[in-house]
Amino acid sequence: MSEFILRVNGSERKIDVPDDTPLLWVLRDTLDLTGTKYGCGAGLCGACTVHLDGAAVRSCLTAVSVAAGKAVTTIEGLSSQSGLHPLQQAWIAEDVPQCGYCQSGQIMQAAALLTKTPHPSDEEIVDAMSGNLCRCGTYHRIRRAIQHAASSRAGGQ
Amino acid sequence: MSPISRRQFLVGGAIAGTGLVVAFYLPHHGLHPVGERVFNPNAYLHIAPDGRVTIVVARSEMGQGVRTALPMILAEELDADWSQVSIQQAGASTLFGDQTTGGSASVRTTWEPMRQAGAAAREMLVAAAAQQWNVPAAECTTEKGSVLHAASNRRANYGDLVERAAKLPVPKEPRLKDPSQYRLIGKSMPRLDTPSKTDSTAEFGIDFRMSGMKYAFLARCPTIGGKVASFDDGETRKIPGVTHVAQVGDSAIAVAADSVFSALQGRKALKVKWDDGANKDLSTAAIFDVLRNAANENAVALQTAGDVSSPKGRRLEAAYELPMLAHAPMEPGNCFAHYLGNSCEVWAPTQVPQDVRDSVASTIGLKPEDVHVNVTLLGGGFGRRLEHDYAVEAALVSKAIKAPVQVMWTREDDMRFSTYRPPSVHRVSAVLDPQGSPLAFSHRLVSPTIAGQKGQPGDGGIDPDLKDEASFLYLIPNISIEYVAPSCAVPLGWLRSVYAAQMAFASESFVDELAVAAGKDPLQYRLHLLAEDKEISFFDTKWRSDRLRRVLQLVADKSGWDKPLPVGRHRGIAAFGCFGTYAAEVVEISMQAGDPHVERVVAAVDCGQVINPNILEQQIDSAVIFGLSSALRGQITVEHGRIQQANFDSYPILRNNEVPVIEAYFVESHEAPTGIGEPPVPPLAPALCNAIYSATKKRIRKLPIQNG
Repeated sequence: MSEFILRVNGSERKIDVPDDTPLLWVLRDTLDLTGTKYGCGAGLCGACTVHLDGAAVRSCLTAVSVAAGKAVTTIEGLSSQSGLHPLQQAWIAEDVPQCGYCQSGQIMQAAALLTKTPHPSDEEIVDAMSGNLCRCGTYHRIRRAIQHAASSRAGGQ
Repeated sequence: MSPISRRQFLVGGAIAGTGLVVAFYLPHHGLHPVGERVFNPNAYLHIAPDGRVTIVVARSEMGQGVRTALPMILAEELDADWSQVSIQQAGASTLFGDQTTGGSASVRTTWEPMRQAGAAAREMLVAAAAQQWNVPAAECTTEKGSVLHAASNRRANYGDLVERAAKLPVPKEPRLKDPSQYRLIGKSMPRLDTPSKTDSTAEFGIDFRMSGMKYAFLARCPTIGGKVASFDDGETRKIPGVTHVAQVGDSAIAVAADSVFSALQGRKALKVKWDDGANKDLSTAAIFDVLRNAANENAVALQTAGDVSSPKGRRLEAAYELPMLAHAPMEPGNCFAHYLGNSCEVWAPTQVPQDVRDSVASTIGLKPEDVHVNVTLLGGGFGRRLEHDYAVEAALVSKAIKAPVQVMWTREDDMRFSTYRPPSVHRVSAVLDPQGSPLAFSHRLVSPTIAGQKGQPGDGGIDPDLKDEASFLYLIPNISIEYVAPSCAVPLGWLRSVYAAQMAFASESFVDELAVAAGKDPLQYRLHLLAEDKEISFFDTKWRSDRLRRVLQLVADKSGWDKPLPVGRHRGIAAFGCFGTYAAEVVEISMQAGDPHVERVVAAVDCGQVINPNILEQQIDSAVIFGLSSALRGQITVEHGRIQQANFDSYPILRNNEVPVIEAYFVESHEAPTGIGEPPVPPLAPALCNAIYSATKKRIRKLPIQNG
């Protein structure tokens, strides 16, 4: 067991867990942030995607020791005081989710894409999103929502 | 359809100050035969004094949109203000009557009672207003949660009328709207559950938390039907956080801990000797040998016309085979249980709260009424959550460790210890006249029975599911659709569209073979076989040839079947009816390095009155992608009695970069609504393989297409 200081969604959290604990379980069990989902435990589905210093990572494969000292952002921390993230708004406008289980990971993956590439081409969207599985098959609406969010940003919000 | 007479549909009632309550009964049709039973309401409509409308129903939300579609049906007849309407999930602890969600049945079975309940409440509110204003009820109208009396320019909100309305009798035969008056039904409405599924507040089974709870994983015998011989938990107990190790039944050992990671580590450290049992040599090859041999056994008839042995002409025959499949919902199996000695609290992502209640009760020795099942959101179902294994495990573990516990399954557990779509072998044959038109068509389905394996064999040895999934709608003078059900050691389950996907693949591929043999266009060949308007009775359903013809014409029209394709493109077509719905699809492909690349899928359905086109489009997209994953590469295999697939690398499902353009169309109709979650799955595989034939002249008779 080791003590870690984690900076999650802007606040510092002290935790005491084994070094090799995946960040996913720290978020879900220790910090009660259940918006991040377990899907495969092997980096194959993307349901557990969060941001580490703004970049999308699979929290099921990220040891808590690696995350310590970096800024962790989860779906719970994506919206700001001024309201939902433009992607969350776009997700609602395009009515993306079906069962909804994979959507936190999809949105976090998309958010990292838009941070790096504010106006992605269709090809860039598909490339960035192909590591995130959706068994309900919401892929087309995911693409549309990302385009929607990117273009609403272009409109200067 | 329902064993309940219409007089018993509605009971009124209210507790002073709480508003108006209308209780009603929603039948379930399909998966479980419903016998005569005493009227017990299992759904409630509540209108509060502040005007809020709450509908309490036991239909599980697993992505299919029931929490939006069902309230729309009721709110339409109630003339409710949609912004005031919400739905609440009922648990098995408070309600009776069948609560199963499956068989594409939610809308088709609740359409009538939901409208009745809304219309009855509306009439009561109108009567209350008429009484209050001392005007004839016939002069009052309703809109958006208010009663209006135009002549005197008066208006009252429903909330202000509920006290008076609650004292009035419930109308026995409320008048339903003419479809031309619909304001909600048929409109694309946003789903009510979307915001919570976007901002992380949606709670799935896996998200349930209780203070002091443990997390547990089970080590299960990897060989089907095997048992625990002995185990050594010395290393497991050294893992910090591990609190309990307990054998659960004959074939599993539970490791419980204060955290998920400790429980996982604890299970990894467990040393178990397994007794592999009778299935240690079981293999996929052996399973299919059993099926192929059984094809020559006596069969039961599902559908017969004329005598297929009488016509003489050119005879064609073929055999088709389909593999086992896994559901692989994104949320792996899990269930929370808290055994309290005299009762048990369960939080389950389940399609069958009552089965969960009954199985848990009998397993841990409680009365069913002392098991309280709460239904969470489901992270996908596809039939997997019609099983209750995960809930029984959770209850057993909670009882064994005397603590509240969430039993979790890893993805590998979910893939290896699931129930699987049964494997199938199909023998099809036809006799053609000199013009190539079929005089006889035979289809023998050889596939183990799911219900039979679970101890619920259907009448006359016919798996009850086949009644919704095995009809043959082409008008051919001599038809024989038959069924043989050999046994199978692999645990079987219902997977999205169940036997329909198998029946459609064999039938619709073979009809394509016949069209090729006749030298005819595959669309025209099908339309010719549907040229007359006829009713086809298949068990409880009256199918219509003209409705299948119309979806074929619609899909042909929208896909541009009569226009030449771009160079390098090829297409195939297929159509099928199941769960009361007609579906047809055109799949366009290109061949890239010898592999089919699916470019475009056009789907057309006739599911009667469409409730919400937005959700319909979602369901068609979903079903097409689900069908495509299965057709291209879905297969579960067995070697040495063990399932070979484990995660999304060995059981790959379609990714964002692999999905084709999908276009969804529906026939405008005011017929009673029928299923939509499953019917667009079956035509996909045959339409795709027919396209591959068109491109390569190679007929695919065995799925998956990318075999190995």
